[in-house]
Amino acid sequence: MTVATMTDWARAKPQPNWLMKLFDYKPFLVFVCLLPALGLLLVFLTYPLGLGIWLSFTDTKIGRAGQFIGLENFEYLLDDPQFWSAVFYSVFYTGVATFGKFALGLWLALLLNNHIPFKSLLRAVILLPWIVPTVLSALAFWWLYDPQFSVFSYLAVDILHIRSRPFDFLSTTWPARWSLIAANIWRGIPFVAISLLAGLQTISPSLYEAALLDGSSPWQRFRYITFPLLMPILAIVMTFSIIFTFTDFQLVYAITRGGPLNSTHLMATLAFQRGISGGELGEGAAIAVAMIPFLVGATLFSYFALSRRKWQQGEGDD
Amino acid sequence: MATVEIRDVRKAFGPLEVLHGVSVDMADGEFVVLVGPSGCGKSTLLRMLAGLENITSGEIAIGGKVVNTVPPKDRDIAMVFQNYALYPHMTVFDNMAFSLTLAKAPKAVMEQEVGRAAKILGLEQLLQRYPRQLSGGQRQRVAMGRAIVRNPQVFLFDEPLSNLDAKLRVQMRAEIKELHQRLKVTTVYVTHDQIEAMTMADKIVVMNGGNIEQIGQPLDLYDRPANLFVAGFIGSPAMNMVKGTVTGGVLRMDDGTTWPLPTNGPNGGIGAKEGPAVYGVRPEHLRLDGNGIPATVQVVEPTGSETQVMMKIGGQSVIGAFRERVTAKPGEILPVMPDPSLVHLFDQQSGRRL
Repeated sequence: MTVATMTDWARAKPQPNWLMKLFDYKPFLVFVCLLPALGLLLVFLTYPLGLGIWLSFTDTKIGRAGQFIGLENFEYLLDDPQFWSAVFYSVFYTGVATFGKFALGLWLALLLNNHIPFKSLLRAVILLPWIVPTVLSALAFWWLYDPQFSVFSYLAVDILHIRSRPFDFLSTTWPARWSLIAANIWRGIPFVAISLLAGLQTISPSLYEAALLDGSSPWQRFRYITFPLLMPILAIVMTFSIIFTFTDFQLVYAITRGGPLNSTHLMATLAFQRGISGGELGEGAAIAVAMIPFLVGATLFSYFALSRRKWQQGEGDD
Repeated sequence: MATVEIRDVRKAFGPLEVLHGVSVDMADGEFVVLVGPSGCGKSTLLRMLAGLENITSGEIAIGGKVVNTVPPKDRDIAMVFQNYALYPHMTVFDNMAFSLTLAKAPKAVMEQEVGRAAKILGLEQLLQRYPRQLSGGQRQRVAMGRAIVRNPQVFLFDEPLSNLDAKLRVQMRAEIKELHQRLKVTTVYVTHDQIEAMTMADKIVVMNGGNIEQIGQPLDLYDRPANLFVAGFIGSPAMNMVKGTVTGGVLRMDDGTTWPLPTNGPNGGIGAKEGPAVYGVRPEHLRLDGNGIPATVQVVEPTGSETQVMMKIGGQSVIGAFRERVTAKPGEILPVMPDPSLVHLFDQQSGRRL
């Protein structure tokens, strides 16, 4: 009985109405699908960037609309030693911190790629510095670097008796600069280590076995197998790391606020100090805009370093 | 070139023992195939031979020298991996020359050695390509080329053809065999494909569950399988195993169908011990005979060169492979007869040949 009704039943053909027809029209569909992304880009990227660039050409102050003054802000900055000090320290900070992060991060990744006990626990622990909010870890470093209560000073003076006076981390120029770099490296290692670990795990173990049979030493395996195969991901991670480090703000602002004597200002913290704390929105914006060439440089680096190498390209004649 | 001796080798991963003491002797220049289903320990044995796995107990000797603690690179072996393990960021030339690069050989030596291997394998035109730009068969050849450049005493192959399509597999099979005939280097070849084992080997080692079931020349294994496992593993389609009881000079099935006892072998024929047994007959050793055992046809599969017929005899499935074209329809009765000089009798409990 049921069989008979089943065969008699025919699937109803849906009649498209105008709305369905509209959505079947491909250009319209493409437009509708792009709309949210376009909106987000406009509101959160294009507008602030455009506004920042516009502000850098004006003498806007907080509470007072400015006038267009051309390149005057930039001309002023060219003669400002504090600005140049910030540029120098930004580049120095980025360079040294990136080197440190990659040296230690790669080392950690290589360690974690081996069979070691409690591997997954260690991986989770290594991610911690990255999970903790930066301001929190900055506060912790602030305590570590405190002239009176630093645990390092306590260790050296009261426990080990190798120093007579506590360390002076943050009150003179270079110690303060290195201290901030150390904090930044600590915070940046997880990102590098975990990304590179992911890269290491894409390398087939049989390549190492083949190299082992071919007579390679551990160093040769790193030099000829690991490193070249890790290059593509290394380039991506390095680009991101450079951009993150160069635009760093929180660590410096929370630990030294640019001091002592403005020696630890990064371009971002200087822009904030001049623009928001100092109220000179136009000048602050100009400092921020001055970061753009450096960031474009880093992006170009990634563009060329990331371009697929010949061996990564697919089949076909060359 | 060298002999390889494996003496009572065991392998355990933690508490789990995967090789339960295997011993094989390989003569100088011999082509030995380790064959068995997945998980039988054949690849583990090969990797122990290569030095990629530790030996839990027992001894492995290459060229008369025990190599248990010798690192892989000093064992004078070369291995071809299942996925080829070509270095993706190096050209074919660099891949093949890698062992020489590591040894800091002069450029001229590299070119000469790689050139020699490339010539043997017909790779001269591809030396500047990257692995990604090669077809599966070409990659396979590069992997072999890398092994040849090392000029080893023993070649190890770990399922080298399983990533190739069926047609290429047949072609590469012949190429590897031909290469071995030319170079005459002792070769250990691991596969799960009994056809590869049969066609290539001088000596086959059939493994199952961490034990060796039988060692012998291909046709010996086919003609005189030592037990039910080897009987079922070697040959395609697989041997028919009919359960019954030896009684009164025949094998009687539960429904009364009788099969003639084998006339080969020491215990064959009328002298066979009475009692439950497994009667093994290969599909190709059944023939159509008007006075034969009546079989109900279930499926007929013509392949052109032969016709395979799946049948039921006394409630048990039996496959026949006939040279002549069979036109029988499913459900019809086909009389079949085994060749008593080519059938086998096995013990039902131990599976051993009777």
